[in-house]
Amino acid sequence: MAKQNLELKATSFTLSVLHINHHDLDLIAAELDNKLAQAPQFFLGAPLVLNLSAIQHAQIDFYALKQLLTDRNLIIVGITDASKEQIEQAKEMAIAVVKSGKQAPKAELPKRATKIVKQNVRSGQQIYAQNADLIIFGAVGNGAEVIADGSIHIYGALRGKAMAGAAGDNQSVIIANSLEAELVSIAGQYWLTEHLQQYALNQRGCVRLDGESLTVESLPQ
Amino acid sequence: MAQIIVVTSGKGGVGKTTSSAAIATGLALKGKKTVVIDFDIGLRNLDLIMGCERRVVYDFVNVINGEANLNQALIKDKRCDKLFILPASQTRDKDALTKEGVGRVLDDLAKDFDYIVCDSPAGIEQGAMMALYFADIAIVTTNPEVSSVRDSDRILGMLQSRSRRAEQSLEPIKEYLLLTRYSPARVKTGEMLGVEDVKEILAIELLGVIPESQSVLKASNSGVPVIIDQESDAGLAYSDTVARLLGEDVPVRFITEEKKGFLKRIFGS
Repeated sequence: MAKQNLELKATSFTLSVLHINHHDLDLIAAELDNKLAQAPQFFLGAPLVLNLSAIQHAQIDFYALKQLLTDRNLIIVGITDASKEQIEQAKEMAIAVVKSGKQAPKAELPKRATKIVKQNVRSGQQIYAQNADLIIFGAVGNGAEVIADGSIHIYGALRGKAMAGAAGDNQSVIIANSLEAELVSIAGQYWLTEHLQQYALNQRGCVRLDGESLTVESLPQ
Repeated sequence: MAQIIVVTSGKGGVGKTTSSAAIATGLALKGKKTVVIDFDIGLRNLDLIMGCERRVVYDFVNVINGEANLNQALIKDKRCDKLFILPASQTRDKDALTKEGVGRVLDDLAKDFDYIVCDSPAGIEQGAMMALYFADIAIVTTNPEVSSVRDSDRILGMLQSRSRRAEQSLEPIKEYLLLTRYSPARVKTGEMLGVEDVKEILAIELLGVIPESQSVLKASNSGVPVIIDQESDAGLAYSDTVARLLGEDVPVRFITEEKKGFLKRIFGS
């Protein structure tokens, strides 16, 4: 049998993805020139995939965009994360629509457990609830540290340090029967005693993150 | 089987040795055969306060190292035949205390004593850890001021995590608070923490409150445990403390300011 004249094989390539974050082509052109000037050789004839996720709802002149990139010796091989209209336009221009291999695997939130401590946490002690909420039946003394990837509930006075959302979960809260903490922190945003006491002097309360900054909510009595 | 009591605090100078001497003497006066051990290797003080420094021949470290037996090292108290002292070595340091060695000596003592009182050194290093490791009961000596309370909290954490009972998941050490150098007048003016404040922070049972008293220094200097001085507030407060330790229900005294009598007001105290 004669040798086949073509073969179809799957191979994966690493492509640069250009994220277009604004629909104003002049801005894009200026920024792109800036980037290219830094490493002209690197981008010469580079195959690019355009990620349009940031401008899905914007009207964009595709022809002009393509022209803009081609003028700079960049080759568009496809687009990704585009809206329906954008996909139609791309097809008309014979640009492939690609999906990135691992659609940023929405890291499935691991199931959160609960760690319960049934005693006072003393000065010098450190308790870390990894990937868990932390519940303490007792007080957290000055110089003690309680840390959790989830929320922290203290059924006693909080006099030491409490750090919730240690792995970055900004929905976590710190609840204590009396907020006298040396430090409270949620997802890295922290307050020291002085700041905390402007809001809640030795009161029951819930510390949570409101946007970028911490806030204290009083709890129903 | 003997009860092992550790008198500890974390902070120095709060009255551990004074309290150890007083409580051990008190237990012995109540008819319990008691030995008090000085764990402050290198800085021995207990024998001075007990008034037996001239009779020290062998010490705790000698016994641990097998250079002397217990009977050679134990000093019998002059005032009470139920009381013995095991002094610390002046020439060694705390690394001479090993878990095996201390455990062996305590096991031997436990055979014929009712109470073993361990006078802990300050700090949270080897000496203090060895003193608390084998304890059944801890008397946390605390002054009514923030740094002492903080250090006591730290020691309580150690008792709950680094002791034999914690490591072997046995019933936890019984923790008692002994508040020393308490001055009701200064509490009233806000210079000193009150009994309730300290109790709230440390959250352990109160064993006794010893008022600040001139008689403590006088007793230390003359080598007589202050509990012998039943004329003084401090002596009486230590007697109450020992009674509570033995399960008696005794109300706490000396925590409110004493009203000065008419004559005292005129002539001063």
